[in-house]
Amino acid sequence: MNALLPRAVPDCAPVRGPVLRERGQREVFCGLTGIIWLHRKVQDAFFLVVGSRTCAHLLQSAAGVMVFAEPRFATAIIEERDLAGMVDCNAELDRVVDRLLARRPDIKLLFLVGSCPSEVIKLDLSRAAQRLSAKHAGATRVLNYSGSGIETTFTEGEDACLAALVPELAATAPGAAPELMIVGALPDVVEDQFLRLFAQLGIETVRSFPARRAGAMPPVGPNTRFLLAQPFLGETARALEDRGAVRLDALFPFGAEGTSNWLHAAAVAFGVDAMHFRAVIAPGRERAKRAIAHARDRLEGKRIFFLPDSQLELPLARFLAQELGMVPLEVGTPYLHRAHMAQELALLPAGTVISEGQDVDRQLDRVRAARPDLTVCGLGLANPLEAEGLTTKWAIELVFSPIHGFDQAGDLADLFARPLRRRDVLTV
Amino acid sequence: MQLTVWTYEGPPHVGAMRIATAMEGVHYVLHAPQGDTYADLLFTMIERRGKRPPVTYTTFQARDLGKDTAALFQTAVRDAVERFAPQALLVGASCTAELIQDDPAGLASALRLPIPVIALELPSYQRKEHWGAAETFYQLVRALCSGTSASATATPPAKAGAQSRDGGNDAPSAPTSTLANGPRPSPGGSLTVRKTANILGPTALGFRHRDDVVEISRLLETLGIGVNVVAPLGATPADLARLPDADFNISLYPEIADTACRWLERTYGQKTVRTVPIGHGATCDFIAEVAALAGVDPAAALDTSRLPWWSRSVDSTYLTGKRVFIFGDATHAVAAARVARDEFGFEVVGLGCYNREFAREIRTAALLYGLEPLITDDYLEVEDAIARLQPELVLGTQMERHIAKRLRIPCAVISAPVHVQDFPARYSPQMGFEGANVLFDTWVHPLVMGLEEHLLTMFRDDFEFSDGAGASHLGHIASPILPREPGEGDSEHSANGGGGATTVVSPSTSPLHHSAEGAERSPSPAEAGEEQKGWSPEAERELLKIPFFVRGKARRNTERYAAEQGIAAITLDTLYDAKAHYAR
Repeated sequence: MNALLPRAVPDCAPVRGPVLRERGQREVFCGLTGIIWLHRKVQDAFFLVVGSRTCAHLLQSAAGVMVFAEPRFATAIIEERDLAGMVDCNAELDRVVDRLLARRPDIKLLFLVGSCPSEVIKLDLSRAAQRLSAKHAGATRVLNYSGSGIETTFTEGEDACLAALVPELAATAPGAAPELMIVGALPDVVEDQFLRLFAQLGIETVRSFPARRAGAMPPVGPNTRFLLAQPFLGETARALEDRGAVRLDALFPFGAEGTSNWLHAAAVAFGVDAMHFRAVIAPGRERAKRAIAHARDRLEGKRIFFLPDSQLELPLARFLAQELGMVPLEVGTPYLHRAHMAQELALLPAGTVISEGQDVDRQLDRVRAARPDLTVCGLGLANPLEAEGLTTKWAIELVFSPIHGFDQAGDLADLFARPLRRRDVLTV
Repeated sequence: MQLTVWTYEGPPHVGAMRIATAMEGVHYVLHAPQGDTYADLLFTMIERRGKRPPVTYTTFQARDLGKDTAALFQTAVRDAVERFAPQALLVGASCTAELIQDDPAGLASALRLPIPVIALELPSYQRKEHWGAAETFYQLVRALCSGTSASATATPPAKAGAQSRDGGNDAPSAPTSTLANGPRPSPGGSLTVRKTANILGPTALGFRHRDDVVEISRLLETLGIGVNVVAPLGATPADLARLPDADFNISLYPEIADTACRWLERTYGQKTVRTVPIGHGATCDFIAEVAALAGVDPAAALDTSRLPWWSRSVDSTYLTGKRVFIFGDATHAVAAARVARDEFGFEVVGLGCYNREFAREIRTAALLYGLEPLITDDYLEVEDAIARLQPELVLGTQMERHIAKRLRIPCAVISAPVHVQDFPARYSPQMGFEGANVLFDTWVHPLVMGLEEHLLTMFRDDFEFSDGAGASHLGHIASPILPREPGEGDSEHSANGGGGATTVVSPSTSPLHHSAEGAERSPSPAEAGEEQKGWSPEAERELLKIPFFVRGKARRNTERYAAEQGIAAITLDTLYDAKAHYAR
């Protein structure tokens, strides 16, 4: 049904300490939510969810005011009569896509995004995508991936989307010089910062995946070295590796240390002189450290509890512990990719509980028992926990705000300091 | 398949959540895939509740599908009952679980729980949120009232019968009539037993439900009528079992309460008050209806809102004949139309609703105004209608607010769906006399004040009153209609323009500006409908000199005049000929 299903990642890196695994109610978004930032990134792509009214309502609730700005996403809502016969369903989909492309002829790349209902009735969106690609050949490419809740959690929607794009990427010339690929959708401003740094380091060809335009997606081949900018891109990494690309193992670029390590991995792979490397990153690294220092007074020694949400939890906990002196009590993640996380895990303080999956009621029992200084959680839980007197940081902001790299390190630290500062200033 | 970006209503299980969340002691186990928990944040963020909605989701994943989702469901039910100890349990399926065809009713009953279990059948691919809420409330009432009867005891039923009864979930017993209830002294009798009413319909996530209940309860109190039960908002299952104790029911929000009210009518002979007390006149009618049913003197409650005098005062003269477009849920739209015409002196030029279940009500009302009703859940149709009609005020939902903003037409919100700013901290009912005061303020504020309008016309060549300066209520955002010349009186506006009133962004949406481009595009002149065929450049320029709030009317009138006269090219003369033609 979908490339995302098999999860056979070899346990190549040892995880220190046992991982708490839980099954139960999961209070998380589904992968459809990824559309909200992906459609801003790829400016000529359209995301058509094939799903139910629930899917449309979810996107509307999550995208807030954005749905009023003619966004490049929509839902084809499956109705009773579509469920009656599958042939009808495909014809209906073709009709909806024709109407959509007539209305928006500027669309170059159309994603048919699978949902729980479309997966459960086994509507074959990959065949539909092929059919529609042929029909609209020359004007619009049609691809598919699943953002369903039964298969994907929140940011895994981006992983599924990018993994679907990988087979479409052009091949690099055989024997070409090594190229660097930054993998993961980043805010434009952050992407540009990284590109400037790599240029200063002297790495000649650096490309971003996804690109800002459908026609400008980077080529891939055995000469490709890639850095994951986001921790939730397991399938995309594997698909790139299948095409011969080589992943550069590094910390994720959060904070001064994470960003240095991430850049360093590329510098080593591309033979950048160590002195030159230090000279290039020194100004940014110093700025990051200065910016972080403001928040350190407030955060040092504070105990933090992460509920699972985006897979960003581990690298963020590492940053908060390593650079701000926070004490992570439990770091929950919806899914733990051991190989990609090996370095991050090694840097977490001993005694940190790592949990994978969720039984939300039991996890909340642990939160209440531990009474952390700060709890990172979703919007469905934040106000109820605040009402119990627990200070929270709502997690979605960490996905939508620019937080990567040297120049965002201060902002990132402040995202965690602000709720505590607010708690201190309020006298009501 | 229906292509959709914006939906006026969520799926029916969200309606069920609104009932469960409104009540106390009810828990809802929803068979749903991972991700459907997004609905929680509607309650915790938009309504700002400090508690999680009482909903447990099974959150099944793909790997569960091949195995035993039914067992997963049963485990979730068992755990939820143990952890939350509810007095009654709702079970049901969301759209995806409906497809995998586990049977929540059968699975839950197999567990032989010690509490009433109400199974919900909510057809996700046919029905929507309001229907889901109405059905859930009806099923709860039906299940929890049955087996009890107010007539079972000889004691006066009202108030005294507050002891809770266990609501059984077995089949409803034979219908009993409240006519058989204890002694019912005549209104003038010496033995005065207070009449009581149930207030039915308010839910979680309801537009101003919190304050409407306060307002209506207060009104009943002044009439000497007791409130037996308010439901579902704040009610327990035990409270629902007491519904038959009341003398009559008030269907405050028919979208939610009507099904249950009809059943209570049939089963217990309780009459239903169906006037929705939104607006001054409707509130008076409501009082008359309630007083007649309860056999009390309505005079006590015939207090008055300030609306009649505010509306008669000379400052409101300029409101006369303002063209207003109304869209929302049927109940609020119908009520607003009456208020707009009869109490504000507006001309209603468009009336519609998004909930087809109440299409008949909208059709009946539209006849009163000589209008073709607009019944649709496609916001693009609503947008087309507004653009075509060029009203001077739009009364609608959150979506119409954005449409009106794009078309640069003043707007006020009268109906769900709404965003966080329409769950205000302050007291702001829509119903009753205080509600009428709120309506007056809310609807008039977006309009340019009469004096302001006068000054704008008199001094329209002064830079402060130019189009570029925009109206104060548009939050100092410069109008893009005229290309602005640098330094043309905008410096003072940009200096204090940061806190624009139009950009209230909720916490749940503020971080979504992922890239540098903002989510909101300001409309270009072309989108605002400013460049059209047939207009000579000279006439077009002259049109732009007319203040923007009457420009739409001037354009429409001129074009209609030109069409009637068979004029193809609209010149300066055509513009003023038309003005003369329509000057009355």
